[in-house]
Amino acid sequence: MTTPLAFLNGVDPWIFAFSFVTMAATLGMGFWSARRSKTASDFFVAGRSVSVGWNASAISGEYLSAASFMGVAGMVMSSGYDALWYPVCYACGYLFLLLFIAGPLRRFGAYTIPDFAEGRFDSPLFRKIAVCFVLFIGFFYTMPQMKGAGTTLAYIFPGLPYWVGVVLIGAVITLNVALGGMKGITLVQAVQYWIKAFAISVPVFVLMAVFGFYNGQIGANVAPGEAAAPSAAVARQPLVAKAPQDTAWIAPFGPLTTKAVNAAAAALPAEERAAFLAEHQKPYSLLYTYSLIIALVCGTAGLPHILVRFYTNPNGVAAKRTTMWVMILIGIFYVFPPIFGVIGRNLLPELYSGVGAKGTDKVVLELPTLLAGKFGVLGSILSGITCAGAFAAFMSTFSGLLVSMTGALAHDVYGRMLRPQSNQAERLFAFKVAAVLIGGVAVGLGCFVEPLEINFMVGQAFAIAAASYFPLLFMSVWWRGMTMKGAATGMLTGGLCALGAATLTNLGTLALDKGPMGKIFAGFAPLNAFWAHHPLLRILCEQPAIWSVPLAIGLMVIVSKATAAHVPGDIRMKMLVLHAPEDLGLKREYIQEHQAGAGH
Amino acid sequence: MSSTPPPQDTVHSEDFLRLLMRRQLKLSVACAAAFLVVLFGLPIANYVAPQLMATRVAGFTLSWLILGVLFFPAVWVISWFFIRRSIALEQDEVKSVKR
Repeated sequence: MTTPLAFLNGVDPWIFAFSFVTMAATLGMGFWSARRSKTASDFFVAGRSVSVGWNASAISGEYLSAASFMGVAGMVMSSGYDALWYPVCYACGYLFLLLFIAGPLRRFGAYTIPDFAEGRFDSPLFRKIAVCFVLFIGFFYTMPQMKGAGTTLAYIFPGLPYWVGVVLIGAVITLNVALGGMKGITLVQAVQYWIKAFAISVPVFVLMAVFGFYNGQIGANVAPGEAAAPSAAVARQPLVAKAPQDTAWIAPFGPLTTKAVNAAAAALPAEERAAFLAEHQKPYSLLYTYSLIIALVCGTAGLPHILVRFYTNPNGVAAKRTTMWVMILIGIFYVFPPIFGVIGRNLLPELYSGVGAKGTDKVVLELPTLLAGKFGVLGSILSGITCAGAFAAFMSTFSGLLVSMTGALAHDVYGRMLRPQSNQAERLFAFKVAAVLIGGVAVGLGCFVEPLEINFMVGQAFAIAAASYFPLLFMSVWWRGMTMKGAATGMLTGGLCALGAATLTNLGTLALDKGPMGKIFAGFAPLNAFWAHHPLLRILCEQPAIWSVPLAIGLMVIVSKATAAHVPGDIRMKMLVLHAPEDLGLKREYIQEHQAGAGH
Repeated sequence: MSSTPPPQDTVHSEDFLRLLMRRQLKLSVACAAAFLVVLFGLPIANYVAPQLMATRVAGFTLSWLILGVLFFPAVWVISWFFIRRSIALEQDEVKSVKR
């Protein structure tokens, strides 16, 4: 029988309660602290007294998104070893930020990358160009958050279609941001980190205590060249047909990085396949791995919503200390999600057969329910805790992204380009309209991406950041010969190429979908036929960083040399401000209009 | 802003800026090199010595143990070393100017 409340069938009250409390607490905390700090500049000035520990927790809280919380585990389960590069590079990318960018950027006093772009090159025009990438990277980053939301809601309410979850959660967060409930307050973000760390680690320890530890769970899989798995005592469910074999899963160059070559081999006549695979599989796979590493490591150093937070450090030294603590906090976090993936492979293999929201991306949510057989309600409680962590993950990241994207649209596009003479009330109204507009687009995009892996999509956002903002920041900080034209040419070309490549890849993948998306995107099926004959092009499209980052940097150098006459006149002073210790008192204000620029 | 600072002002001299940037960049590049050797070395090791990297260490394969667990502390050590050195470097620079 179908009643209007049919979707409530099969809802576990524990899981529902934990998720609901997390959502309500996040919204409540946001409003509570938003009332206490009225304007953006209040937040930033107050933020500058924030201690390193709080600030590091806040950065980690904003950084750990649905990709880290759900996506990494899902991808380790579906692809094995190769997926480990994601958590490792998400954490270690901060080293590049620390070594080359964190200290100088803080000394320069730039809140955001557009601020920095304008101040470094004295060019309001360049600011406008730089703003575009806040939106590009932001939308690529919100899509996986929306999939996380849709997946989690479809898990809590088994009868609910995926898109309802996306629309519902998207609307709640958008409304919250539009009403000023979430301003990226340090306290809220810091608490979010500890919720997520608790929600990922406690269930893992319980699961390992019951079903066998990390090493034993990996040991249950046969590595290449082994006759039998070393820890045969660990219980395993039989693998389903769609699951990768043990030897491919546990070893490097597995299903993730060899997908393109395997697809190309399948298109060849049967007798040529073995020779083709022997020749191309491993080299192409290595290329894929390197390109992925470059995208993630460089991309971390160019994420707009993370760099904003560095301004809350009192000085360059504190900025560096904060970065180190961020690496420790997120490094500890990232040890856990792969464990879910490994145990999930052994005990929940039926997820391999699921598609979209019912696939491996929900392993973190569902795995704890296995405890129900032995410990009854404990399984539901732990599953409720991981759901709460997932809520914290996509809510904090989506809010943070929405705030920075809305700020860019309302402040830079409306306040500076369309209506420079607008007053405060008009701008506040514009902020609300922009929030609803961007939230709406993000929800719309989120509805289409169910067949794509959460983690993979976040990787694409990193690849775009790596080819646009990273070269801009890195070169502007360390090379005084850089001109505005050089910076703009490199950033635009590199970033747009990466953006185009990522979009093509997604369109091709969506065309392969067996569900409704496959029909909508069927027009892009010839793309897959083309890639089947050119696997190398497919890899370069799927992971563009290996060519787009050098392209961006190369163009920056060439064009800057050609326009060397336009190097800013006070470049020596700017370089001094970037690099000299604050104790020398060289601080100059290069960026005007701070209060408005902080993005409300 | 005056483009010709007083000559006795060491902070604004070309030499000071060059020295400053070179010393800091040298430290950053050295730390980055240590990191990149490990980061880019691991796929190479997986490529040329797959049997060695598949050796079991307490259930993990060697490669999994390195990437999934040991990589994080290694990076913490590099960043700790960098911060210690770079703070010392800054204090040094301040001292040399104020003297």
